[in-house]
Amino acid sequence: MIPAATLPHPPLVFGPLSPELVLVGAGLLVMLIDALRPGNTGRFLASLTFAGIVAAGIAAALLWNWHGPTLVLGGMIAADRYSVFFRLVILVVAAIAVVLSQHYLERSGEYRGEYYALLLFATAGMTLITASADLIMVFLALEILSLSLYLMTGFSFRRLASAEAAMKYFLLGAFSSAFFLFGLALAYGATGTTNLAGIATRLLFTLAPTQPRGVLLPSPALALVAAAFLGIGFAFKVSVVPFHMWTPDAYQGAPTPVTAFMSAGTKVAAFAAFLRVYTVAFGPLTNDWRPILVVLAALTMVVGSVLAIAQRDVKRMLAYSSVAHAGFILTAVAAGTAEGVRDAMFYLAVYAVTIVAAFGIVMLVSVRGERNLSLDDYRGLARRSPFLGGGLAVLLLSMAGIPPTSGFVAKVAVFSAAVRAGFWPLVLVAVLASVVAAFFYLRLIVVMYMREPEVAAAPAGETVLTRLAVGLPVAATVLLGVLPGVLFDVLAHPSVLPLGGFGFGL
Amino acid sequence: MIALVPLFPLAAAAILLSTGRRWRGASAGWLASFAVAASFAVALAELSSLLSKAAPARHVITTLYRWVAVGGFSVDISFRADPLSSVMTLVVSGVGLLIFVYAIGYMRGDPRFPRFFAHMSLFVFFMLVLVTAENFLLLYVGWEGVGLCSYLLIGFWFERPSAAAAAKKAFVVTRIGDTAFLLGILLIWAKVHSLDFEVVFHQAPALAGGTVTAIALLLLGGAVGKSAQLPLSTWLPDAMEGPTPVSALIHAATMVTAGVYLVVRAHAIYAATSAGTEAVALVGLITALYGGLSAIAQDDIKRALAYSTMSQIGFMFFGAGIGAPSLAIFLLVTHAIYKALLFMGAGSVIHGLHDEQDMMKMGGMRRAMPLTGVLWIAGAWAISGIPPFAGFFSKDEIISAASLSGHTVMWGFALVGAVLTAVYAWRATFMTFFGETRVEREPHESPAVMTGPMTLLAIGALLAGLLGLKATGGVLVRFLQPVVGLPPQAGQGLSESGLTVISTVLALVGFVVAWFVYGSGRFDWVALRVRLAGLKRAGMSAFYLDDVYATVIGGPAKLAAAFTAFAIDLRIIDGIVTWMARGVGMAAVYGRRVQSGLVRTYALVFLVGVVGVLWYVAVKI
Amino acid sequence: MESYFQSYGVLLGLLVAGVGLVAVAFVAARVIAPHRPSPSKLTTYECGMDPVGEGWSQTQIRYYIYAFLFVIFDVESVFLFPWATAFVRLGMQAVVEMVVFVVILAVGLLYAYRKKVLQWA
Repeated sequence: MIPAATLPHPPLVFGPLSPELVLVGAGLLVMLIDALRPGNTGRFLASLTFAGIVAAGIAAALLWNWHGPTLVLGGMIAADRYSVFFRLVILVVAAIAVVLSQHYLERSGEYRGEYYALLLFATAGMTLITASADLIMVFLALEILSLSLYLMTGFSFRRLASAEAAMKYFLLGAFSSAFFLFGLALAYGATGTTNLAGIATRLLFTLAPTQPRGVLLPSPALALVAAAFLGIGFAFKVSVVPFHMWTPDAYQGAPTPVTAFMSAGTKVAAFAAFLRVYTVAFGPLTNDWRPILVVLAALTMVVGSVLAIAQRDVKRMLAYSSVAHAGFILTAVAAGTAEGVRDAMFYLAVYAVTIVAAFGIVMLVSVRGERNLSLDDYRGLARRSPFLGGGLAVLLLSMAGIPPTSGFVAKVAVFSAAVRAGFWPLVLVAVLASVVAAFFYLRLIVVMYMREPEVAAAPAGETVLTRLAVGLPVAATVLLGVLPGVLFDVLAHPSVLPLGGFGFGL
Repeated sequence: MIALVPLFPLAAAAILLSTGRRWRGASAGWLASFAVAASFAVALAELSSLLSKAAPARHVITTLYRWVAVGGFSVDISFRADPLSSVMTLVVSGVGLLIFVYAIGYMRGDPRFPRFFAHMSLFVFFMLVLVTAENFLLLYVGWEGVGLCSYLLIGFWFERPSAAAAAKKAFVVTRIGDTAFLLGILLIWAKVHSLDFEVVFHQAPALAGGTVTAIALLLLGGAVGKSAQLPLSTWLPDAMEGPTPVSALIHAATMVTAGVYLVVRAHAIYAATSAGTEAVALVGLITALYGGLSAIAQDDIKRALAYSTMSQIGFMFFGAGIGAPSLAIFLLVTHAIYKALLFMGAGSVIHGLHDEQDMMKMGGMRRAMPLTGVLWIAGAWAISGIPPFAGFFSKDEIISAASLSGHTVMWGFALVGAVLTAVYAWRATFMTFFGETRVEREPHESPAVMTGPMTLLAIGALLAGLLGLKATGGVLVRFLQPVVGLPPQAGQGLSESGLTVISTVLALVGFVVAWFVYGSGRFDWVALRVRLAGLKRAGMSAFYLDDVYATVIGGPAKLAAAFTAFAIDLRIIDGIVTWMARGVGMAAVYGRRVQSGLVRTYALVFLVGVVGVLWYVAVKI
Repeated sequence: MESYFQSYGVLLGLLVAGVGLVAVAFVAARVIAPHRPSPSKLTTYECGMDPVGEGWSQTQIRYYIYAFLFVIFDVESVFLFPWATAFVRLGMQAVVEMVVFVVILAVGLLYAYRKKVLQWA
């Protein structure tokens, strides 16, 4: 028998995975408690979930100054500040979503304990994907978050719209997963590895004039096809036109706190992986994938902004606006520079906080379940509830990119990245799209401020917690508009870029 | 210290927005006025500190902190104190203060009184940021901010659907210009890698000719939108739906002149491109004539003033375009004073007549409102460029400069503009304050809180001309010299005294024409108009029969006025804007059909995307 | 590049040959066979019961849940076998990890049990 120590295996360093371990642990605990102690445990489980998210946040924050190996668990997980940044953003979103969900489920009477477990698992999937340094890991994390979100979307299954939304999201999601998986296989076929840094290294061998013998020759052509398929998988998740069709239906049908959670969380998580895969694994092919992203970005911004105009339902309008925002972020990605990555990170953080609070206010205006969602229901909201009306107005102005809000700074940063990359036509499209977009954001503000309310009463049921959950993001929106340096300073660290990205002499 | 100037109105806005309902009576108005007064005091202190330095050293840059810093892109929150920003802050806070006090009287009793002053304070804050910013991005922040406040204030009386519609129109139309402006800023950044005025203006002459021209034209696009110049002018007359103090402050004295400020501030860029400056001059001149003609055809007193503002700003652009930016600023200053006065006068009349704006229902108002009448006449003297009031010094100097700089053809057209100015100013005066009274309700004089500021402005309208007195070499022009250089000096064209005589005579001609038709009593123009209206009382046309009649008597000018006001303004320009908006709307409606709700359609669209991406990849391979 | 795709050439050839073979068989049958339909020949099944009802029918959701649970534990056992051959050499850490894995699945089973998924009624 071979001695125990002879079989080599990678050293098991679980530190960089601690936030996910905490989240999954909390999820299991919630599941167990729900199974063993059924009944009206909503508040308790919500607090437990919140505590789990806070603990994961602390674990993630501690990783900021991680001194161990940068790639752990056999190269599957990257321990870089890039992942810490995104994890924190996602955890903030999740924490807000917990507060909103508790409020929603209690009032709509749809509470079941699984909800919080699903939320924790989805969050774990989202944070895991930001740290994944291997395509297999990316796929796993993507599926963890997707499966949880399919269920959460259909959580109000007695409401037909919710069930329908979940079904559509699931079918199309499975469709896109297939493409992603196909891309993964092709990437392996082309380079003989699924490790992101490994793919890049192998690709560099081919692109380099002299090829060392004995290495399986990778094929850049096949790798480009792989990049395309992987990109389609991500494009679906972040709602890039024409892979966006599920977005309005799913966002509209899902319970509003779920919409808030997934509109912010999925986009951040999927973009984090998108950026990492494209800048690290396919970094050597930057010049090849750039043009296609430029076209997709332009298409996304225009379609999202224009179609949002025709919407009368606020959730649907915000869904299209979320599509348009994907286009703006893609603009920075398409720049294919370190600066573009930073701008995209800033934009994502700003966008996530803004959209989660916006949907939170929509939820509070609904009062109970899914009511009061048409534009007309927002008549005179600023008069009926200055807090909700004013807060939503600030968030909408930020999404429209009007100074001095964080959305303005984010847009300017993204535009500057594209300008520097020389994408003038794209910048022109982006600026025009933001003009069109300003129109429908403004329309909602007009309705809130300049129409007589039909009912005089303010939407009932705000609590201190929900006020904080939407009030703090509003404050952050203004703060990051006036003092964006707070975030930019963080992003200025060179180590905040994805590990191994842009190390290829771009 | 300059950074303090915008701070007070911001504080007032914050206080009023958060605790608005607790401010009873007029207290909110006094709080806001006090804040603007504080800004004015600081601006004065800043001026004296600048004056204590030698002329070339008169610029101080205060950096508060680094605002945006990402990659190579960094922008500071920094403010600039120099003669130009000093003049602008004084105008904004000084005229602003008087309008605030006036508004306390005008808005008394309005249920949203505190909110009005909150928005007004916010506007003053953004406007002060705009004129003191040291880089393009911060200027853009102020730029968008004033646009937003303008939008909120135009729609202040949103119970009137027309007010809400006008607000939206103003926002959308000016944003078209803002788009160009933002692209211009991005182009500057792409080429210079900085947005600081110091750096950009220093490097502007070294840039490639095409680049500078592109930047200049894009910035001009922004200026044209904000300043309601052709072709983005249509929002300004509609913006008169806002309360009159708003019209006075935002749509006459300050915000609409931001475009002029931008062009003057960026004169180093314009100096490097003759195409850019020609475009500025041309846009200004055409708008000056167009606005002047349109103003003659208006019966609504505020719309007449709106077109007049458009025309006057056209003159400012014209001045900036022919190489006399300091004269443009001079006109900006005097115009802010006398146009604010005229708007306040109009507001006083409207107030006294219980919200009547139609000049056809006024007449003989000077008997009921003697003080308002006198003050209005002072404003009318000033705007029509008849000595010794301010307009004579400022506008006529621009017209003279056109001749002196060799733009003889433009000079000719500008003289026509001067005549038109006098005609519309005095037409409004005679229709409103002289002749038979046609009022339907008994008018009353306005309270002292309204007439007080007007009196001060009237004194200003009389004295502001001194700033440009040739005997002293033009105080303002010399003060601005370190920033924008000197206007064209005598050399080409006619002699200065000759030019002055010509334009003064023409202004008097305009006055006489207006008096002859509307003031002399020799024509019973009201009766004639009514009789003609009876012949053909089809809606709009009754309105324009006035002008058909005027064509017979007053010559072709009126026909042109009717044509521009009706054909160009309503049909073409408005049509283009509406058409564009409708196009986007149609696209949205048709695009929505693809969103059928069927998963198979969605999957199909998805597949189309896949095929598209793969097609690209195939081509690439 | 080309050599890379050429290595798939054989596969492609095989694919074409396979499809061709089936196609030839079908075409030959269609061409050679006599065509004399009768009502009994055209029924779905020549012998046995006539099909009743629609082709679409709903299946009890419980079947799916059982199928899910089965797949989960099926995968677990697939994972356990290779582990069993190697855990001695991998050391204590491998044992702990597998325990964690099994416990997580056990939690799932407990959950299913408590939610009364395992009862058929």
